[in-house]
Amino acid sequence: MSCTSKRHILEIDELSVSFLQYESGKSSRQIELPVISKLSVSVHEGEIVAVVGSSGSGKSLLAHAILGLLPYNAKVAGDMYFDGELLDEKKIAALRGNKIAFVPQSTTYLDPLMTVGAQVRGGKEEDKKKKQRGLFKRYGLKEEVDGKYPFECSGGMTRRVLLTTALMGDPELIIADEPTPGMDLALAKKSMEDFRTFADEGKGVLLITHDIELALEVADRIAVFYAGTTIEEALVSDFGSEETLRHPYTKALWRALPQNGFQPLPGIQPYVKDMPQGCPFGPRCSLYSEKCQKEIPIQRVGCGTVRCVQYAGEPLAVHSHHHHVREINDREILPKRRAAGGQL
Amino acid sequence: MKLEGRNLTFSYEEKEGEVFNNVNLSVESHEQVAILGPSGFGKTTLCKILAGYLEPDSGQVLLDGIPLPKKGYCPVQMIWQHPERAVNPRLRMRDTLSDGQDVEKRIISELGIEEDWLNRYPQELSGGELQRFCIARALGRGTKFLIADEISTMLDLITQSQIWNFLIKEVKEREIGLIVVSHSEPLLQRVAQRRIQF
Repeated sequence: MSCTSKRHILEIDELSVSFLQYESGKSSRQIELPVISKLSVSVHEGEIVAVVGSSGSGKSLLAHAILGLLPYNAKVAGDMYFDGELLDEKKIAALRGNKIAFVPQSTTYLDPLMTVGAQVRGGKEEDKKKKQRGLFKRYGLKEEVDGKYPFECSGGMTRRVLLTTALMGDPELIIADEPTPGMDLALAKKSMEDFRTFADEGKGVLLITHDIELALEVADRIAVFYAGTTIEEALVSDFGSEETLRHPYTKALWRALPQNGFQPLPGIQPYVKDMPQGCPFGPRCSLYSEKCQKEIPIQRVGCGTVRCVQYAGEPLAVHSHHHHVREINDREILPKRRAAGGQL
Repeated sequence: MKLEGRNLTFSYEEKEGEVFNNVNLSVESHEQVAILGPSGFGKTTLCKILAGYLEPDSGQVLLDGIPLPKKGYCPVQMIWQHPERAVNPRLRMRDTLSDGQDVEKRIISELGIEEDWLNRYPQELSGGELQRFCIARALGRGTKFLIADEISTMLDLITQSQIWNFLIKEVKEREIGLIVVSHSEPLLQRVAQRRIQF
């Protein structure tokens, strides 16, 4: 989905996630709450792709959907491919923790009853011990930290511990969900350098963050998320000025940077229950018109994509395969339908 | 008013040594001050001591020369780094908010808290939405000093600038002294007038 013909490591095509909820405490009627709709993003080999968006935009759910960690009442539609292969529940289960490593957002993901050293090692072998100590050392975690329990670690220490869990194995793809809050600048830079080195070996990183500044420093491409969908995918260089950016929301993000004016855009992201028709950003947009109330397709503009009616770019060539709905709990194995020539 | 930390020394466990030793600082009501230090220095610990959550091993926290009250509403309020860990998961947000001292309606609406959110439980809100409640809760009428410990690291830029623009206006109008802990240099340039480096 950009100006590159490199191999896709991860490709997400019009992913939608919804939750089944009881309508109210008294009623037994269930309603579907769409939290992610038509989200597309891809990671090529050698690339760090950042997914940036406001809190509550569905960023963490994206990671959880890729890893098959959504709760039982979630329903997933759309296709995900890893290394060209369509992912189903079995494949995801086999890949996660091996080929796909995950750095979770919340510091509560650690086992509270196990020392952090033992959790990161995941075994008693001497080489694991050595690797874990090496990684801890690299991130300034002293030897006594190995034997600490999660509650004894500071916020920044816990982040570093979570990061090292992903670097322990030999993954092809790292999905990192907000890996740096609470780390000081030097440590955040070091962890991003490690992601860079990792990606440069022909692997991929999907960096989920709200921190545009961080994304701008390390990523190759940035996918901007708003209210559960990708509204723009841009090269990092497009963020050099407001003019090279495409979507009005992305421009507002740019202006909210402390160094670019610290201008707050009023309003909040719409809650899933009262999502407007058409463009989710419509109610906050100064360019809002009747055209925005229809469904808005993704369009390619330059080396990026945008979902906004202002642009009359070429429509994005969607994959030739059909979409299907898949239940998370569905045990059936889906047939491989991915032809080698199906990539963009 | 003046908030002072005098000769503060603290350790969690004796054998591990002191987190910090003999720290002194003083902040006035009209000031917005940044506290800077490397990860693991004990910035959060210092915040907790200043807000009365922890007792120092030695030294004192004084508000206009008087130790912080042990009972009732504490005039030094703290906003935490992880809002999801600073609220009771089994209370609706309406009840969490009432933990604060009669928070004005004006504050609730200026923070963009929607009526519907009040009936939800914390796990039904995003981090940014939760943090707005935590800020409102800390801004009761009796608040004289506010300690913001990395309160916007988990927020997106627009929410960050909304919340900070509100907070700065609020503390200036009410002459609440503000202590900010943050790793973001551009943010500190916007919100703090003075720095204390550890």
